[in-house]
Amino acid sequence: MSNLNATDTLETVAANPVEGIDQSSGNFSYDVKYEFDAGTGINERVVDYISGVKKEAAWLREFRQNALKTFQAKPLPTHWATRDLEAINFDKIRYYLSSGQKPKRTWDEVPDDIKRTFERLGIPEQERKFLAGVEAQFDSEAAYSNIKEAVSKQGVIFVNSTEGLREHPEIFRKWFGKVIPTGDNKFSALNSAAFSGGSFIYVPPGVKVSHPLQAYFRINAENFGQFERTLIICDEGSEVTYMEGCTAPKFSTSTLHSAVVELVALKGAKIQYITVQNWASNVFNLVTKRGLAHEEAEIKWIDCNIGSRLTMKYPGVVLKGRKARGEVISIALANDGQHQDTGAKMIHAADETTSTIVAKSISVGQGRSTYRGVVHIPRHLKGCKNNTECDALLINSNSRTDTYPAITVRGDRHAVQHEASVSKVSEEQIFYLQQRGLTEGQAMSLSVNGFINDLARQFPMEYSVELKRLIDLEMEGSVG
Amino acid sequence: MSSLEIKHLHVSIGDKEIVKGLTLTVQSGEVHAIMGPNGTGKSTLAKAIAGHPDYTITSGDVLLDGTSILEKEADERARAGIFLAFQYPSEIPGVSIANFLRAALQARMAEGEEIDASGYYKQLYREMDLLKIDRKFTARSVNEGFSGGEKKRCEILQMAMLRPKFSLMDETDSGLDIDALRIVADGVNHLRGPELGVLMITHYQRLLSYIVPDFVHVMYDGRIVKSGDKSLALELEAKGYDWVKQELVHA
Repeated sequence: MSNLNATDTLETVAANPVEGIDQSSGNFSYDVKYEFDAGTGINERVVDYISGVKKEAAWLREFRQNALKTFQAKPLPTHWATRDLEAINFDKIRYYLSSGQKPKRTWDEVPDDIKRTFERLGIPEQERKFLAGVEAQFDSEAAYSNIKEAVSKQGVIFVNSTEGLREHPEIFRKWFGKVIPTGDNKFSALNSAAFSGGSFIYVPPGVKVSHPLQAYFRINAENFGQFERTLIICDEGSEVTYMEGCTAPKFSTSTLHSAVVELVALKGAKIQYITVQNWASNVFNLVTKRGLAHEEAEIKWIDCNIGSRLTMKYPGVVLKGRKARGEVISIALANDGQHQDTGAKMIHAADETTSTIVAKSISVGQGRSTYRGVVHIPRHLKGCKNNTECDALLINSNSRTDTYPAITVRGDRHAVQHEASVSKVSEEQIFYLQQRGLTEGQAMSLSVNGFINDLARQFPMEYSVELKRLIDLEMEGSVG
Repeated sequence: MSSLEIKHLHVSIGDKEIVKGLTLTVQSGEVHAIMGPNGTGKSTLAKAIAGHPDYTITSGDVLLDGTSILEKEADERARAGIFLAFQYPSEIPGVSIANFLRAALQARMAEGEEIDASGYYKQLYREMDLLKIDRKFTARSVNEGFSGGEKKRCEILQMAMLRPKFSLMDETDSGLDIDALRIVADGVNHLRGPELGVLMITHYQRLLSYIVPDFVHVMYDGRIVKSGDKSLALELEAKGYDWVKQELVHA
């Protein structure tokens, strides 16, 4: 396309990855002339503009406008969260940017510059290798979306949320905003007002999607806010694994990523949701993720947070049906100047429900990691179980870690266990590894990888390789 | 043929001088034993040569094949062929022995070169068999929950895999029962040969009946005060370190 002027603004990729999506190479951007641009700041006019571009139904436009009011009315949660949130200038952010094209179904149709972006990030080689479907979002809208025929024949729907709302309103509307109501928090309200993109997945009863579905989120523009909205519904007895990766280039001003992800696992269904994100160090990453598990259903969040200036994210499961299971596995790495404020929420709302939280954080240099956990088991239930383990690893003496577990268990028919540990990579350990020939960076990297090894083993191969590589890069860079 | 020359070495920890002018040359193929009472600077010597950041070399030099290694980081010295068998090896939680050794070998390869996995495991299993280490060991985290004997055998296994030019063995016999000692000694003897020089630090003569040294040095108060062949070790065992102290006083 002639109006797209692609220039490679930053240095090229370092080492070529062996496999996996090369998120470390995310630090580049292209000059793209956007056909649709909502300008800066958010108000009723901007919300109408977004809704108009998307040709949305009246109910949705109203939903957005109400959400905007909620967003404006709610204060920043600085009474418990970091005051760094005050650095976000909501009036300077651009809320919607799109080059106007519909998502392409074949790779060849994708415009060259966007194609180049995703090719550098390893898509669609990734897709050819093992994915059942992939969706790639460039700023506000999906640029590429493809689902393998076999999966599509089983009745699985995997489209972006705009298309989902348009083509499948009967399923979408039933669950949309039900797991995470607009007013859940200030950022879920902002997302509800400005959302664009994200995935919509529906898996019919009994269908087990054998390969993972994947989405890729890419912020390309400066001062931009990405507000994707994902809704996954697994009907009775079905199973799906969904993986998402995120990157953004390094800009001098901050960028906001504020997603809302809702999962619904109906009776006996299983959803596994995997995130590996590597945001640039000026991204505010404020995401609300929650799943609703019906009877005997299982929802598992695997969440790896690397990069960003501030991440606040506490994936949760509402255990609504008897014998439902919820699990959160969280890995966070906070490097210099970064704050990973992550954790999990487990809301037990039925008998014999079980939940597990394993959170591991690594703080490097001046990095700061915070664990916040909520486990709630009310008095009228019986036979509920929770097991929480949070371990922190400090690399330097000036790193910081805090743990805020909030466990409310009433009644006497439950079993709850909480373990926490803080350890430090000692100088002796580093010397030992260096004496075997590893550089200081390699020594730290091996120690960190050892620390998370038991969790990383649970990941699909491609993602554990990717995670290891990201940690290698972070640790190499942290050695002065 | 390689040489490790320690020349008039002075080493301090903080303000305290521990090694006070030590000179010693080890050639490949030779096994030198350094004996001496506790607190004379034996371990300090080994760690300083290996490049531990807490130990400051205030004067003197250490040359590997004629080139000073003092400006090199610990990992560069290791890759140049210096191996330290630790008295108290660190635990590395979550890192298996197999992955650890692989990373160490990989670190010695040129950029872009990849280790051959099947050849690697072949070599690893061969060395483990020689040291009578159960193959299941490869999956265990390095030194985590190991007994004293397992830790020391693991050190020798690493030495066998990394094939250094010079090995500094720091109190390798400490904490070993007689069976473990024999296995460790067999391992060292197996590695002994024209390619390897050994500097063996020990408090007791016991180890030296299993690993027979070519040279024995007695270290006292940061210096080598007496050198000889293996008979010196026996003499020391019979007369005790006080004998050396006495001699020094009279000298």
